[in-house]
Amino acid sequence: MLTGKTAIVTGGSRGIGKAIAIELAKNGANVVVNYAGNEARAQEVVEEIIGLGVQAIKVQADVANEAQVKELMQTTIDTFGSIDILVNNAGITRDNLLMRMKETEFDQVINTNLKGVFICTKAVTRQMMKQRSGRIINVASIVGVSGNPGQANYVAAKAGVIGLTKTTAKELASRNIIVNAVAPGFISTDMTDELTDEQKSGMLELIPLARFGQPEDVAKVIRFLASDDASYITGQTIHIDGGMVM
Amino acid sequence: MADVFDRVKEIIVDKLDVEESKVTMEASFKDDLEADSLDVVELVMELEDEFDMEIADEEAEKINTVGDAVNYIKNLQG
Repeated sequence: MLTGKTAIVTGGSRGIGKAIAIELAKNGANVVVNYAGNEARAQEVVEEIIGLGVQAIKVQADVANEAQVKELMQTTIDTFGSIDILVNNAGITRDNLLMRMKETEFDQVINTNLKGVFICTKAVTRQMMKQRSGRIINVASIVGVSGNPGQANYVAAKAGVIGLTKTTAKELASRNIIVNAVAPGFISTDMTDELTDEQKSGMLELIPLARFGQPEDVAKVIRFLASDDASYITGQTIHIDGGMVM
Repeated sequence: MADVFDRVKEIIVDKLDVEESKVTMEASFKDDLEADSLDVVELVMELEDEFDMEIADEEAEKINTVGDAVNYIKNLQG
């Protein structure tokens, strides 16, 4: 159980982030729902969490903006007094073939998906070092391990997140801060709804468990990594992909 | 209010778990007080809180001895 713990979920207003926020709340954590733009959807998540009997607030912040991220951390500390769990989930896609990918498309994805994790991790570490405890869980992607045509920017960012996870885990282990990543495969969300039926059926053939994942499949692993049960696991990347990449 | 050196010393003794007598103005954090680089980062954080100031990363990197820290804080306090 995570009773009394405080969790921040970046990009927590929809998709996998929303499922993570709700799963942590179901296990007793108070949750800060960070969002970039969609205040109404963030508010819906906050209300759903409050309905579960724990506390929640929403905080707008661009994870790639250091000043805004510092505000996010300060607001969390002012409201709940600690930050026990940070889930770096916020992410975007700007898919294109490498030969057609614009530099801006590359930069945008690297900024949010990789640099954003760096900025949020750096900002939360100050508090977690003082506490002498903390959990950081990064949402990478299975394509960061396997590669994926049309996603050079996204894959580069997610592979970067996996490396960042390992280094952060090594640097902060002596302060009892545990850092892990999850690498979801094909999970049904708004992001993957954009794929064509042909792309979807092609992917299904690659999944030994022969079904797509649900956001809850990812959320439950993150809940485990955030719990005391996972206290001897750090620097790892857990694949949640139905066996697609082994 | 206690002298800057005494306040800095108290934090160092507490954080690095070293004997008071070892904390002199000349003592190097890494060589004499057995602090690793993360310890120094943490000390700087504590000093920022104690003296209610922000020490920029590029300035923090120049703090090698107890005296560096004390003098930096004194200079900022004017």
